[in-house]
Amino acid sequence: MIRLDGVTRTYGSDTSLVTALGGVDLEIGAGEYVAIMGPSGSGKSTMMNIIGCLDRPSEGDYHFEGLEVGRLPDRDRARLRGRVFGFVFQSYNLLPRLTALEQVELPLVYQQAPNRRRRAAEALVRVGLRERIHHRPSELSGGEQQRVAIARSLVVNPRLVLADEPTGALDTRTGEEVMHLLTDLVEDQGITVILVTHEQEVADYAYRTIRMRDGGIVEDTARREPATTNGATPLEDGSPLDPAAPRPLDREEVTPRSVEEIPPRSVEEIEA
Amino acid sequence: MSLIDAARVALRAIGGNRLRSGLTALGLIIGVSSVIVLIAVGQGTQKGITDEIEGLGTDLIFVEPGSSSDAATGTQGAPGTATTLVLSDVDALATAGIPGVTDLAGELTIDAQVITGAENVGASVIGTTSEWPFVRDAVVGSGSFFSIADVENDELVIVLGAATAEDLFGDDDPIGESVRISLAGGRVTFEFNVIGVMAPRGGADAAEFDAQVYVPVNSLISRLGFLRNAAGGDVPLSQITIKTAPGTDQEVTKQLVNDVLLFKHAVTEPDFEVQSQDDLISAASSVSNTLSLLLGSIAGISLLVGGIGVMNIMLVSVTERTREIGIRRAVGAQANDIVKQFVTEALLLCAAGGVVGILLGVGISVGLGGRELGGQEMTTVVRAWSIALAFVVAVGVGLVSGIYPAVRATAVDPIAALRNE
Repeated sequence: MIRLDGVTRTYGSDTSLVTALGGVDLEIGAGEYVAIMGPSGSGKSTMMNIIGCLDRPSEGDYHFEGLEVGRLPDRDRARLRGRVFGFVFQSYNLLPRLTALEQVELPLVYQQAPNRRRRAAEALVRVGLRERIHHRPSELSGGEQQRVAIARSLVVNPRLVLADEPTGALDTRTGEEVMHLLTDLVEDQGITVILVTHEQEVADYAYRTIRMRDGGIVEDTARREPATTNGATPLEDGSPLDPAAPRPLDREEVTPRSVEEIPPRSVEEIEA
Repeated sequence: MSLIDAARVALRAIGGNRLRSGLTALGLIIGVSSVIVLIAVGQGTQKGITDEIEGLGTDLIFVEPGSSSDAATGTQGAPGTATTLVLSDVDALATAGIPGVTDLAGELTIDAQVITGAENVGASVIGTTSEWPFVRDAVVGSGSFFSIADVENDELVIVLGAATAEDLFGDDDPIGESVRISLAGGRVTFEFNVIGVMAPRGGADAAEFDAQVYVPVNSLISRLGFLRNAAGGDVPLSQITIKTAPGTDQEVTKQLVNDVLLFKHAVTEPDFEVQSQDDLISAASSVSNTLSLLLGSIAGISLLVGGIGVMNIMLVSVTERTREIGIRRAVGAQANDIVKQFVTEALLLCAAGGVVGILLGVGISVGLGGRELGGQEMTTVVRAWSIALAFVVAVGVGLVSGIYPAVRATAVDPIAALRNE
């Protein structure tokens, strides 16, 4: 689904060049549940922003479903963001003046999709906010706001949900609720979820953990079974030191969708 | 994003910051309303002048003497200062048989005091002939206007304008009474017998006509030898007024009048001026159009300033809403969706300001109409085109002042926008 080849992201001019991401190679298959971990400045958010088409690679190729999307025109990247990806942010990123229903409707507004109201309401019911549909962010708790954000990412039926520190601003209990919601997306709906976190407890929900440092991947660990309880040890049966551990690239059994043989030529084909 | 959605988003943004939106729109409201008010004042002035000229009588052609000139010093006087127009010119024009001319009368106007035993009022003394009421569509209220015989016999008879009669005699009947005309500070006085009083004129030129008094031109001249034309002993005139039949081509008539007088005066260059009412109206209109344009331009500047205010606020708004733009971009907004949003917002703000400004401007214009301002009654005429112009300019300003900030907004990198806490 996702393939990064030597993706580099630098900021600033020639004299004060900062390399946030230095030549990363990565593949993520459909239906995966990936946690990206690393200290501040390790490049984890930069990599996720590039995957989410919020940012462009300075060098290297980014193929999504076989299509090079890193250099697509802004118009097509906006389509991908709106119709194929869903975003969940640490600071929720809700618009202060809109009600929960309107927040969730927003991606559909830009698609000019039919039945916006009904679909938005259904998405809110799915995240358990039936009673909060007409509340504004200021009238909602942090956990509720994050659930609105998840509903907003779900309403377009995304293939990929990107969550940047989704529990970062939440207490442990509401953080767990949010993680259960995200985990359900993978397990019940086959949506690929990539989350960025620096909390091991959060990363433990994912099937695969990528550790980053100084703009590069230093560790890539996959586990067969999804973590279901808080505090499960990630290295039980998936140590990168264990040669028998399944690598992400040859895990056909955990890739519910077939890998595309013929790469699509347009964003429209990806959406289809 | 559909236009309805864009309008909804824009309305919410405008409504979300009412004070700021109101103050921003205020600049436009003031601009639009001042454009309408000042154009209404300009147009009102024009209408006042046009009405006054039209009130002089319809289908009139005026002949005035040219300017005096002194061959020795080379000085040139103002138009009308020469004594080149004389009573025999009226006869020449009358006998020339110019098509379309129905009546004509010469006028010699002298400002004087009109005095009775108890009262003394200033008035314009018009020395004229018996045709004058027909030329000027003037109606005699009581008594009669003087006759051809009165003119030929130098009779000392006088017809009073309505206001002058009122001032001198109040409710008493002036017919048969005598009044004195006093000239040159009382050094020259003549006694005239009142034979008629004109009906009140009404209309734009009422004040002028009602304060005039009329005497046979010969009677006036024979008492005022010093006014005689030095060259020929003819009677100098201030003006000849020619009435034409409805539908007459006044340009043709003017040309014929010109030719007759050139021949009569035996000159090649006119020493007189022939003007139709249309000439006077168009001259006055061009003056008041310039006035309208000037007033409108001043108001236009305030509209421009209002527009700059809108652009300023939209720029601030884009900066403040970087995060909002980023969120919208993240959930799939195209660059043109963002442009649409901000342009719609500026447009709605300006259109709303325009509508309020129009209501205010029309209200002020109507309220000003008929009010005394500096001793003069204000006339205001609200023109549909001034409303349309103000509104179109307001919306245009909205469009222009929305586009630049909106384009700035699309330059916002979605991720930079989201990072902005």
